[in-house]
Amino acid sequence: MESFFSRFKNSLVLITVLLLQIVGLAVQVRRTTDVSAPDAHSISLMRYWVVATIAPVERFFLGFGHNLRGIWSNYADLRHVRQHNRDLEYQLAQLRIQQAAIAEDAIQGHRLQSLLAFQQHYITTTVAAQVIGTSGSDLSRILYIDKGREEGLRPDMAVITPDGVVGKLRDVFPHTAQVLLLDDQTSGAGVLLASTRIRAILRGTPNGRMQIGNLTADSRIKPGEQVLTSGGDQVYPRGLPIGTIESIAPDPDHQPYTAIQVRPAANLSQLEEVLVITGTQTDLPQQAQQDLAVGAATTEAARAAAQQAEADAAAKAAAQSAAQIVADRLPSLHDVTNPNSPESTTPTTPVPRPTPTLRPDRYTPGAAPPATSLTPGGHNPQPANIPRPTTESQPKTDSEPPPQ
Amino acid sequence: MPRSFTSRRELAQHSFHPAVTLLVPLAAIVLQALLPKPLPRLAILDLPLIITLFFAVSRRNPISGTLTGAAIGLLQDTLTAQPIGINGIAKSIIGYISASIGLQVDVENLATRILINFGFSLLNSVLIYLINRRLLGIVDFHIMWLHELLRALLNTVVAIPIFFLLDRARRIE
Repeated sequence: MESFFSRFKNSLVLITVLLLQIVGLAVQVRRTTDVSAPDAHSISLMRYWVVATIAPVERFFLGFGHNLRGIWSNYADLRHVRQHNRDLEYQLAQLRIQQAAIAEDAIQGHRLQSLLAFQQHYITTTVAAQVIGTSGSDLSRILYIDKGREEGLRPDMAVITPDGVVGKLRDVFPHTAQVLLLDDQTSGAGVLLASTRIRAILRGTPNGRMQIGNLTADSRIKPGEQVLTSGGDQVYPRGLPIGTIESIAPDPDHQPYTAIQVRPAANLSQLEEVLVITGTQTDLPQQAQQDLAVGAATTEAARAAAQQAEADAAAKAAAQSAAQIVADRLPSLHDVTNPNSPESTTPTTPVPRPTPTLRPDRYTPGAAPPATSLTPGGHNPQPANIPRPTTESQPKTDSEPPPQ
Repeated sequence: MPRSFTSRRELAQHSFHPAVTLLVPLAAIVLQALLPKPLPRLAILDLPLIITLFFAVSRRNPISGTLTGAAIGLLQDTLTAQPIGINGIAKSIIGYISASIGLQVDVENLATRILINFGFSLLNSVLIYLINRRLLGIVDFHIMWLHELLRALLNTVVAIPIFFLLDRARRIE
């Protein structure tokens, strides 16, 4: 006769395994989360064993891929290097000009901040790392990088790329680290909207999106607005780009808040290299101070050159005589003695001629005697010739003799 | 002397070399971690689930299927930021049920394998949803069912050639 356990051993094993795992889940969830250690020691140990087994394989594949790419880039792709170098030098020159333009504003801003005793953290040191693997699940947005505790990394260090913020370090092993991406459902960051300066909290969602969910409807917030780190979470330095607002809609699960979807600035799904911020300080780094000084000097020199040019133009204007100024202002006259003058060669409109007189008399132009031959109040001789009208305009009258 | 069989399980039960038992699940987890890096869309696949199903239906032993599913699921959880046990619970249940089905149904058939992979992939999505919403109390956890349908379809397409490949590693007891 079979005992109860032998008869139902399959179900009992399943129930036992499930119970053990549920208890394990409950212990992990109930445990108070420590910022520097998101998992209990035993859980971290389990993760470490698995990661220590898998990470070398991931590094091998990463190195293999790099070698293949290196063969191509070191030998077959060099033909565009010179042109690329010239383009980069040109861009650098343009950036220096832009830097000079904003240096003055930056220096003024720092003076104001120091007056307000405002503490801002500037990035001083970073560690570059390669991405060697992922979590393998689209429900957990985790990356693994090839740097760890030995390289100075610690949990909760911010991870960025030149495009923007990527996430932060979650778990750090001796030679590997876990990066929790911003779009993971357990991720969050303090953010600031660039134009409206509204502070909010950004969280990841289970379907891999980034969302601001603690703001009520506000007409000032519009799609396209840039989202920056606020620095309030003490993880991400202030002012780093996170993304742009993609859409704004009411949140049905959390009324009356709105669900503001944010498109990340960095391409979180295809990361190859990242920078881990390992050090920050409240003063500007020395290199940044030198760059600001160079920029300010360039701005000052440009301003002095502009002032000098203005002074030269004013002196030139003052050197002109008053007559020349007046002559320039009067309308120009015809110069008839010089046929080559611009005025004589200027075409003019023809003056209309009067029509010929039908019956000329003593008052007809040309019929009066010259004024020097006339005597006031005396008898003046009749003009000898009175211009005859032209035949085409005067009808023929043979009976009338011409006047004397 | 002719060999006699007293049960269906004895008729078609398979075993594997210990190296295969150890390395194949490990290779599945490594591939699952590596593939999304160059091709992010491949994160939709679930290679550990496919391996769990293969070993469960090949061994036709519910206890073995449960333990295999638990081990593979727990290994999968250690690489994520989620609490360890979510995939372990889901794959334990799937390993038990698929091994139990394997006792009753001919799983060598291509149609059966397609149905098993498609059905259990959907079941895996349902179990993960229930664990997150009911056990862990994450109210914001939503599932896009169309996405899960597509996941089940892609898992099935990838599983069939993997099954045929791993058939070569079976040993008939």
